[in-house]
Amino acid sequence: MFDMPDGLIVVAKRDCPTCALIEPLLNDLRRAGDGLTVYVQDDPAYAADVSGAVLDDTLEASYRLNIEIVPTLIRVENGHEVERTYGWHRGDWQRISGVESLGAELPEMRPGCGSKSLDPGVAEELAVRFGGDNLKSRRVELGEAEDAIEALYDRGWTDGLPVVPPTPARVLRMLQGTPRSPDEVLGNVPPDLAPCTVEKVAVNAVMAGCKPEYMPLVLAAVEAALIDEFGMHGLLCTTMFAGPVVVANGPAARAVGMNSGINALGQGNRANATIGRALQLVIRNVGGGRPGEIDRSALGNPGKYTFCFAEAEDSDWEPLSVERGFSRGTSTVTLFPGEGVQGIVDQKSRTPESLARSFAASLLAVDNVKMAMAGDAMLVVSPEHSRVFTEAGWSKARLREELERLLERPGEELIAGAGGIAEGLPESLAAGKTIPKFRPEGLLIVRAGGTAGLFSAIIAGWAASGPVGSTPVTKEVDA
Amino acid sequence: MTDATVVLDPTAERSPAERARLARPPSLDGRTVGLLDISKPRGDVFLDRLEALLADRGVSVQRYRKPTFTRIAPTELKQQISDECDVVVEGLAD
Repeated sequence: MFDMPDGLIVVAKRDCPTCALIEPLLNDLRRAGDGLTVYVQDDPAYAADVSGAVLDDTLEASYRLNIEIVPTLIRVENGHEVERTYGWHRGDWQRISGVESLGAELPEMRPGCGSKSLDPGVAEELAVRFGGDNLKSRRVELGEAEDAIEALYDRGWTDGLPVVPPTPARVLRMLQGTPRSPDEVLGNVPPDLAPCTVEKVAVNAVMAGCKPEYMPLVLAAVEAALIDEFGMHGLLCTTMFAGPVVVANGPAARAVGMNSGINALGQGNRANATIGRALQLVIRNVGGGRPGEIDRSALGNPGKYTFCFAEAEDSDWEPLSVERGFSRGTSTVTLFPGEGVQGIVDQKSRTPESLARSFAASLLAVDNVKMAMAGDAMLVVSPEHSRVFTEAGWSKARLREELERLLERPGEELIAGAGGIAEGLPESLAAGKTIPKFRPEGLLIVRAGGTAGLFSAIIAGWAASGPVGSTPVTKEVDA
Repeated sequence: MTDATVVLDPTAERSPAERARLARPPSLDGRTVGLLDISKPRGDVFLDRLEALLADRGVSVQRYRKPTFTRIAPTELKQQISDECDVVVEGLAD
């Protein structure tokens, strides 16, 4: 245990010019007679001739004394700090030390340098080493002969790809990315309905490879997944393909460098890849949702590792977040229960009417051309395709109206057995009616992708959409 | 020498931190038992006796042998054993 010595304490490092400036004064302080302890952070050559100089190579004293700047001068009486100053301020040093002429020949003021205890990555290591981390998660000590990456596989904590070992220091660093308290409970994660704290999200975010600055987006994605309408339990358990697809809007996505451009739905961007993966790892590890157990998907889809991208917002089209009721400039994540990506290649349409018909015909394939009002769909329109609409003055809403009109079909075409396909709607529901392909609000439109390529994409939704299954949800990203 | 790595449990902590051993099969009926000789002297004597005892009980047995006890088993041998057997007994000592 660290006991604060009475008298004067100076914390310094040789690497700091201001510490070098005051080095000749240390023996004056010692002669003042109150007792002097000098903690030297880096090099025992500093203050080598001063009795009471101690090498603080573990930085424990610096950590315990909350040193931010060196040199720091502290007066301690009866085990309690009564006053401190940092950097060189002649008047302060003279008053605190009681040595009236101290440093009379030195300049009046010189700023100090950063304490080694606050070097990047060091503060968290010190908090862990000296018991100040306050983390509640169970500590698991790996065997000395165990490779950490392999050990996490063996414990069943990965999605099949390697994860970053969630050491306490890494988790502390991750928690620096949010002002929220580590013990705040976000909700109960299905399927086990296990309470999930901010700290558990941070542990899984470390494993996923997130940077601390991604935490607000990860937390919002987890909170969105726990909104009842999203139906995360059923989405996880289903024998169908889908998993949560995360679409980010607003300045938070841009601030962390999320990709909305070239290869937006693909690999290569750390934020996209790890934010989506962190959500999946929370479901797996906190919720206990593992394939072959509660996750019964017949085929799954590669997006169940991670599926997360940002919308390429522009001034011509309303962002998804605004369509879903948030003001422009608000950062959100929208969760959509999505399958894989089906491309729409149309390199010839130059009018919005033609391209809308092209989109509509392609969207009929969602679930099955014979099915309707089942899965939702997310239409991802690339910049070259969106330009065809915006140059003709078509808003997103205008495009959606047109698609909804084009996606109405005579019920007779959809009846089970029609067209020689046994799949289809019951005659009682379809005969004599016009049937929309998607339920109301079941078609989402997002702009994303590189600026070259007359291609868009359909992300089909889980066939159990709406109140019977999953409804897309949007959650604001807290700062 | 580095400190042992400590990681924080990412789960809801509903199972013990110690990794559980694989559950033992309730019986050997209908299962195949592999007997792995690691090439230590007289390991074969021990395993021959086990094979006889298992055969008396009607359990099917497959025999395997590592080239040397000084190295871990070749990958192909491990894959073959896991493909062909439900249970493995190794003769570890002289």
